[in-house]
Amino acid sequence: MAKVLMKGNEAVGKAAIEAGCRFFFGYPITPQSEVPEYLSEELPKVGGTFVQAESELAAINMVYGAAAAGARVLTSSSSPGLALKQEGIGYITNADLPAVVINMMRGGPGLGTIQPGQADYHMCVKGGSNGDYHNIVLAPASVQEAVDMVMDAFDLADFYRTPVIILSDGLIGQMMEPVEFNYSPKKDLPSKDAWALKGKGKGEKHMIVNLNMDAEDCENHNIALQKKYDEIEANEQDWEEYCMDDAEYAFVSYGTSARIVKSSVDTLRAAGYKVGLIRPKTLYPFPVKAFKRENIKKYLDVEMSMGQMADDVKLACNDVNKVAFYGRTGGIILTPEEVVEFGKSVMGGDK
Amino acid sequence: MSVVYEKSKGLTDVKLHYCPGCAHGIVHKLLAECLEEMSETENAIACVPVGCAVMANKYFNFDAIQCAHGRAPATATGIKRVDPSKIVITYQGDGDLASIGTCEIVHAAARGEKITTIFINNGIYGMTGGQMAPTTLPGMKATTAKHGRDVKVQGNPIRVSEMLATLDGPVYIERVSVTTPGQVAQAKKAIMKALKVQKEGLGFGFVEVVSSCPTNWGLTAVKAMEYVKEKMIPYYPLGVFKDLTGEGK
Amino acid sequence: MAKGKVTIDENYCKGCELCVSVCPKKVLKLSETRINEAGYNPAEVVNDDCIACTSCARMCPDSAITVEKID
Repeated sequence: MAKVLMKGNEAVGKAAIEAGCRFFFGYPITPQSEVPEYLSEELPKVGGTFVQAESELAAINMVYGAAAAGARVLTSSSSPGLALKQEGIGYITNADLPAVVINMMRGGPGLGTIQPGQADYHMCVKGGSNGDYHNIVLAPASVQEAVDMVMDAFDLADFYRTPVIILSDGLIGQMMEPVEFNYSPKKDLPSKDAWALKGKGKGEKHMIVNLNMDAEDCENHNIALQKKYDEIEANEQDWEEYCMDDAEYAFVSYGTSARIVKSSVDTLRAAGYKVGLIRPKTLYPFPVKAFKRENIKKYLDVEMSMGQMADDVKLACNDVNKVAFYGRTGGIILTPEEVVEFGKSVMGGDK
Repeated sequence: MSVVYEKSKGLTDVKLHYCPGCAHGIVHKLLAECLEEMSETENAIACVPVGCAVMANKYFNFDAIQCAHGRAPATATGIKRVDPSKIVITYQGDGDLASIGTCEIVHAAARGEKITTIFINNGIYGMTGGQMAPTTLPGMKATTAKHGRDVKVQGNPIRVSEMLATLDGPVYIERVSVTTPGQVAQAKKAIMKALKVQKEGLGFGFVEVVSSCPTNWGLTAVKAMEYVKEKMIPYYPLGVFKDLTGEGK
Repeated sequence: MAKGKVTIDENYCKGCELCVSVCPKKVLKLSETRINEAGYNPAEVVNDDCIACTSCARMCPDSAITVEKID
C-alpha cells in the first residue's frame, strides 16, 4: 500500500478499521477529537458503528458491552477523559475482556492544559483504577508507529484478553506524517466463542462477572490475572536502541520526548559523548531486559512530566543512584537544546 | 391433572439470595416467563446492576453481564450495537438507575436504544443496608436520613417514568407494581410489551416496578406490600406514561 | 369451581407469607412445627379447597410453588 499523508488522530482511526475494528464509543476532548470525528464518518462506510456517548464513563461502559459481545472495539480520549474511563477499564480488565483505548495525552493534573504532555504514565502504566492489575501500554513515537501499534493492540488485546492502551500525546495526534497500513495478525488468535455473550442458543449460558462474593474466589482471580501478567512480561517487552553499542551513558525516553532526545543524542555524539538512547515501546510490560548493562554509568531519564517513568528505570537498572531525570511538564514540549544541556550536566560538562 | 403454574425455565435452580418476601424474585420470574413465552431465552442477554440484583446473572437462565454501578444502559448499548438481533435487557434498582446512573438511562432512552429496561423502585438502597435513595419518599426513614427524608435538606424524589416520558426517544414506558396477583399479571403484560417493542425493532422500552424492601423498611413481607399500596403508589402512580406502539393500553 | 393442588418445594420457601396472604381459600399457612434447611418455617397446605387460581405461585418470589388443576 502506498504511503499517504495523514494526521495522527485520523491515522489511528484508520488503523483500527484496517485491523477489523467496527465499533467505536467515545466522547470529544482536545487534542483527540479528530479520532471520533474521523470514525463517525468512516465506520458507517464499512458497516461499522460509531456512538458518541454522553460521557467518558458511558463510552467505556459501552466498550465493556461490545467487548463482552465479542467485538473488536475502540475508544479514545485524552488525559482527563482517561481519568474518567478508569472505572470501566478496571471492569473490563477484571472481566478478562479485550479492548483498545487510545490516550492522546495533554498536560495535567485536572483540566491541565490542551497542549501535549506525558504525565499519565502512572495512571495508565500502573493501573489507574482500583485493584491489582495492569494493562498492556504501547507508546508510539511517530504517526506510522501509532498506526502499527493500534493494529498490534487489537491482536494483543484478543490474545491476552485484556485492555491495551495506546499511550501517545497531542503532538503525535495533531501532526501529519506519511503512513502506510499493512495489517496482518501477528498472533494465532483464540476464538471468542467460549465466553462471548451471543445468547446461549442451544448451549450453556455465558456470564461475564465482576463480583466475587467469596474473598477466596477474588484472590484466585487475582492470581490468574498475575499469571497473565507474568506471561506478558516474559513475552512482550519491546524497545528501540539508538547509538547504544559503545554507549557509556543512556538516555531513556518514550514517545514524543524520545523523538527530541534522539536529535540531542546526535548533537552530543558529534561533540564526542558516548551516549545513546533506550526508547521503551512497551511501557507495560516495561522493557527491563534493555537495562541489563554493566557499562552504563548513568541513565538519563527524559519525560514530559515531573518524572514518572524514572521510577521504572530505577527498578529496571536496580540502582536508584544511576538515574538522573530531566523533564518539562504542563504542556511544554522539550527542546533538543535543553536536553543537550541536561546531558552535559550529567556527563561532565563540555568535552 | 395438568400443571397450570410452575417455575419458569428461564430461571436456573440456584436459590435466590434475596430476603424473604423481596419482590426482586417476583420480577425475575416475570422476565424469565416473558422470555420463555417469546422463545427468546436462547437469544437474551441481561445486564445486571450493582445493588441487591448484582447476582441476578446466577438466577437468569440466559446470558448475562455484571455491569458497573449505574452503567447498565451503556453496557447494554455496546452489546445491542454489536448484534441488534439479540434481546438485551437492563435490570436496575433505584440507586443504580436513578442516582449514579441517571446520565446513562436518560441518554440511552433519548437515543432510543433498542433495549428493555426493568427498573425496580423500592425507595431504598437495599444491598448497602438501607440508605436513602433518590426515590425515598418524603418523610421516609433511611439509615442516612434517620429522622425521615427532609426535602428541604435532602431534596425531592425523582419520578423516573414521568421524566423519561418527556423524551422523544422512548417508545413505551409503564409503571407497575407487584403487591397483588392482579398487579403481578399487569406487570408481566408490561414487561412482555416492552420486550416486544425491542424485538420488533421499535425502540426503547421501560418498565418501572414499584417494589418493596421488607428488611430495610423494617416490615414483614406482607406489611411491606401494604406500605407500597398505601404510601409508594400514591407518590409513584401506576400507568402507561408513553406508548408509541399505536396499541394504546 | 375448578379443583387444584398446590405443591411447595419446601427448601426454596423462605416463609415470607405472601402466598398465604393472597390465597382466596385460605389453603396455605406457615408450618409451626417444621423448619427447612435454610431455617425457615415453610408454607404448607392445610385444606383441600384449592381452586387452582395460581395466585400463591404468582406471588412467590422464590418460585417455590407449583399448581396443578385436577381435571
